[in-house]
Amino acid sequence: MATTLTTQQVRAAAVDPRAEAAVQMIDVHKWYGEFHVLRDINLNVRRGERIVICGPSGSGKSTMIRCINRLEEHQKGRIIVDGTELTNDLKRIDEVRREVGMVFQHFNLFPHLTILENCTLAPIWVKKMPKKEAEEVAMKYLTRVKIPEQANKYPGQLSGGQQQRVAIARSLCMSPKIMLFDEPTSALDPEMVKEVLDTMVSLAEEGMTMLCVTHEMGFARQVADRVIFMDYGQIVEMNTPDEFFKNPQHERTRLFLSQILH
Amino acid sequence: MSAAVDMSRFVRSEKVEALPPPNLARGPIAWVRENLFSGPFNTILTLAVLYLLYVIIPPIVDFLFINAVWTGSDRDACRAETAGHPVGACWAFVIDKINYFVYGSYPGAERWRVDGFFILLAVGVAWLLWLRAPRRDLGAVYFFWLFPVLSYILLTGGNMDLGGRFWLGFLAVGLLFVAVMGLAAYLLKASIRSAVIIGAVILAVIGLTLGLVDIDWGLDHVPTSLWGGILVTLLVATVGIVFSLPFGVLLALGRRSRLPIVRMGSVIFIEFVRGVPLITVLIMANTMLPLFLPGDMTVDRLARPLIGVAFFASAYMAEVVRGGLQAMPKGQYEGAMSLGLNYPQMMIFIILPQALRIVIPGIVNTFIGLFKDTSLVAIVGIFDLIKTIEASRIDPEWAAPTISYTGYAFAALFYFIFCWGMSRYSLGVERRLAAGQNR
Repeated sequence: MATTLTTQQVRAAAVDPRAEAAVQMIDVHKWYGEFHVLRDINLNVRRGERIVICGPSGSGKSTMIRCINRLEEHQKGRIIVDGTELTNDLKRIDEVRREVGMVFQHFNLFPHLTILENCTLAPIWVKKMPKKEAEEVAMKYLTRVKIPEQANKYPGQLSGGQQQRVAIARSLCMSPKIMLFDEPTSALDPEMVKEVLDTMVSLAEEGMTMLCVTHEMGFARQVADRVIFMDYGQIVEMNTPDEFFKNPQHERTRLFLSQILH
Repeated sequence: MSAAVDMSRFVRSEKVEALPPPNLARGPIAWVRENLFSGPFNTILTLAVLYLLYVIIPPIVDFLFINAVWTGSDRDACRAETAGHPVGACWAFVIDKINYFVYGSYPGAERWRVDGFFILLAVGVAWLLWLRAPRRDLGAVYFFWLFPVLSYILLTGGNMDLGGRFWLGFLAVGLLFVAVMGLAAYLLKASIRSAVIIGAVILAVIGLTLGLVDIDWGLDHVPTSLWGGILVTLLVATVGIVFSLPFGVLLALGRRSRLPIVRMGSVIFIEFVRGVPLITVLIMANTMLPLFLPGDMTVDRLARPLIGVAFFASAYMAEVVRGGLQAMPKGQYEGAMSLGLNYPQMMIFIILPQALRIVIPGIVNTFIGLFKDTSLVAIVGIFDLIKTIEASRIDPEWAAPTISYTGYAFAALFYFIFCWGMSRYSLGVERRLAAGQNR
């Protein structure tokens, strides 16, 4: 009985038009063939909110944020990003992708283009920005992530941490309203993790709406407004970082935290 | 550090400076011993190969150079009994017939036009292949539009004499086309103005092309039945290469399309064309194409195998390109999509440049195969280089024992130079691209 009530409350909050919602996910389900990978996802992300999503591998956390910019298609429920509902309408998908930046575990920089070209390609062709202006914007963000001197190199010549910072700058060049991070530090050498996290922290401090799939619990404590724990394609627990770490409610959450916090 | 074998604790106190590697350079004798005589089996192999080379090489050199005849005007120069010495290759025959080998039966007074075509082709190829050439974008326009139009005018004489009625019809169809473009844009809620402009530009280019070939340039008409030799071989190869790459890319993309009709069409085309030999395609193009067309419409006898070769090469190219597309990591697609690039932008800027680079060896392999396969057009009566040699070697004027060998040796040399050039060029491009990205 109690659970039903909670779900209804969540739903009520999700469709409330007054809420300053950046992302609304309402009753979202997704299957890979027979496999039910996302189950009953209800999530309402306010503007400027920072959300950290953690969970064991295969729990659907990456799939969930990849649904937000339609790299994955959901089969049931509604996803509304910045007031635009994601449907099969290609124009709307492009609109959403223009507003949503994404940083991947394996950077996904374009190896045949220089760092600067990586950063200016989308502004020039998607936003129709003049080349010169696009380059100025790109240099501004490359300076922000502290690698302006690498602008004319190719991605393969940079370290992992530098590549990931370029990937962040590349997304920022599109001036997104929402940033998605899909395990941005998992593929990095231990010594490179901090430089990427520092960049993300400074981004959070500027009020960017962020959804981060990460296991960097220090980062979660420092910047997150909410921490979400997922397992078996469901949101198991969602709370403020203080409560989440000090006082986890669900048994599965407690088990997970005991495994990763030593 | 050598004394430190049994140390259990260690803190480095000084940095080890970088040293040059141990001297690996060795003399030729050491190289021979290491590579040719490193064991009994290798020694036997080396000796056997040396013996084979001893048996093969001297007679070839004898035939091609030492006993070869370089001058002469008829068979007497190349017959041992009249020349008075053993006769190898009869290069005098090739020199005497070289005009026929290059131009076929193209009228003597008009052969400067073929030379013009060769020069235009060389300019286009050099412009596109020289990676640091200025304005390579203009080079592409030249190679894919201006060069074909000019070549057509030069080789055939132009002056298609389309007539006023044709132009009226063209204008009507053109206006209709622009109107349909505008209507489609309106229905798709796209910009009507840009759609109409694009339609008008396409119309203008087609009109300009037709206009250029319609004008009487004062050149005599030369029917394609007179063309032959290296002219035809290069023409077929160029048309095949120029068409196969763009069509191959489109077919490869079609085969991976999510739209079932596009995918099915591409698969059927590719599998059908790949499933039959080129000779079959050529014979079908030659005899069946006219059957499908209305009675008063004829396709030029040279154009039929050109179309056949272009189709055939496209199907092979499509599979090569598909291999490159499948080698692309999924992350590249996702990176491009997450930035909001649409499908054409993603393909043109991100996927194809990388995919095509991966398959340069396969593309060049297809080009080389295509270049050599052009000799098969002889089957349908086109006088390419091989066919002109075939026709010349039975000329009674030059009846001598080594004439056939000489003719085929010349053809082999011609094909080898072109194919080897393509192969070397592609190696150079691969190395340059790899160095550029320094990965």
